[in-house]
Amino acid sequence: MDNASLKKSIVAILRKNARTPVKEIAERLSITEDRAAELIKALEAEQVIMGYTAIVSDAAYEGEVRAIIEVAVQPERDTGFDTIAEKLSKFPEVQSMYLVSGQYDLRLEIVGHSLQEVASFVAAKLACQDGVKATATYFLLKKYKEAGVQLNKDEKYERLKIVP
Amino acid sequence: MSASKSCPKSWVARHIAPLPKSGIRDFFELVNTMDDVISLGIGEPDFVTPWHIREATMYALNRGFTSYTSNLGDIRLRKAICRVAEEKFGVTYHPENECIVTVGVSEALDIVMRAVLNPGDEVLYHEPCYVSYAPTIAMCHAVPVVVQTHAEYAFVLQDEDLEKAVTPRTRVLLLNYPNNPTGAGLSLEDKRRLADFAVRHDLLVISDEIYEELTYGERSVSIAALPGMKERTVLLNGFSKSYAMTGYRIGYALAEPPIIDAMMKIHQYSMLCASSIAQAAALEALQNGEPPRCEMLAEYKQRRNVIVKRFNDVGLTCFMPRGAFYVFPSIQCMGMDSMAFAKSLLQEQHVAVVPGSAFGRCGEGHVRCSYAASMEEIEEAMRRISSFVQYHMAIGKL
Repeated sequence: MDNASLKKSIVAILRKNARTPVKEIAERLSITEDRAAELIKALEAEQVIMGYTAIVSDAAYEGEVRAIIEVAVQPERDTGFDTIAEKLSKFPEVQSMYLVSGQYDLRLEIVGHSLQEVASFVAAKLACQDGVKATATYFLLKKYKEAGVQLNKDEKYERLKIVP
Repeated sequence: MSASKSCPKSWVARHIAPLPKSGIRDFFELVNTMDDVISLGIGEPDFVTPWHIREATMYALNRGFTSYTSNLGDIRLRKAICRVAEEKFGVTYHPENECIVTVGVSEALDIVMRAVLNPGDEVLYHEPCYVSYAPTIAMCHAVPVVVQTHAEYAFVLQDEDLEKAVTPRTRVLLLNYPNNPTGAGLSLEDKRRLADFAVRHDLLVISDEIYEELTYGERSVSIAALPGMKERTVLLNGFSKSYAMTGYRIGYALAEPPIIDAMMKIHQYSMLCASSIAQAAALEALQNGEPPRCEMLAEYKQRRNVIVKRFNDVGLTCFMPRGAFYVFPSIQCMGMDSMAFAKSLLQEQHVAVVPGSAFGRCGEGHVRCSYAASMEEIEEAMRRISSFVQYHMAIGKL
């Protein structure tokens, strides 16, 4: 396999499990450990891989309140949505952010310590920004799935131990 | 009269009584008595059936698709099967009279044998192979004739071995590639060679291609697609392995009308039809199942790379499989037979593998390990196998 397709495979493996050992990645792709490590470094340097994070259940969010906020904004002449989007994304309360098609423009995921904190962030920091036309806030109540991982795992069905 | 008192009359038919129960039954019982066993002995996908297929099954129930279907199977499913056969296997069949949906490939194999074999006919089959082949042939009052395959030829049938085994009574050549238990596959050149052999000796080829869609690397057309072969080939395939649908029990056979017609007679009197809801699920698998199938295939391929390397690192020479989800490492360096190896490994390290002897005499000296297991299970199993091998090698040297 050439470097490009190897990198693609490595990204796929790490997106499934970011803790996959380099040795296993190397063996899965039939390459040396050194080469696998080099390719991962290259992916990080090229900013294809931007970081590694854990998928957690609601239990890990104790003391946190999370919300999705839809934001309608006024795009700017030269930069479109980028200027306002980059500005908003700098707030540490903003966990993730996308430009989306549809009725509004930006979809933010916000984290705070309480309902009040999130509400006041929206009122005092978001809604009052130049270019922000409207917001709608949805508090998150329960997580069912993230990054392809179902949080309530199906009961494991016991397979036969030997099947010819 | 007098004999019946000391020895009760056996009601079991003469050709059934001598059939062996599956060669690993005792071993299976032993595995079942133990907890915390990591099993590499499971010949079915570790993935659950893709959700869209399960959902389609429920939808079929909801809308009451629960009656008999045509004996041959739901025509929509047969059309989809024939479309796949054309696109992927390179051979054209008519859904109306050249396709039958069966209860797994096991039933397809059974009824095709019954449809084509006369008592005393000989069937060439290759070992190591799936456990049902010889018994299925024998149940038709026909004669199973084994042709051995060997690791040095990547478990591919060789012409000279076939020529030695063929007789004027030979009627059928039974093929299973990609192969359970070895993972061997056929190149296009191999297929041409086997097709020539079949034509030369005027044989019917029954090609069990259940693992065809679990081929790693280059795929070629089915042997049925080679010139002059469609009329002398019965192509068997199913959904169990490539779509992780073992419990659904859906397989199929593709062949020219006279053979399908004969198979249909047996099928209609014994099974009537395959389960309607399972057929609905199979249709969904063919219509929308390509992405999850490819995802599972990619995962198996990577696991194969890992497990083959680990076995070779441990010192158990392992051939790189072309398909299916089995590796068949050699254990000859251990100085024990495959059953002894499997039993000791089970008792000492709680890892279950299947002794190669279960798949025929020439499977001796090997064990079958399935990599349809999670990577964590494979990692742990290989760690234990490594300790096991090191320990026994050390004792051997004392």
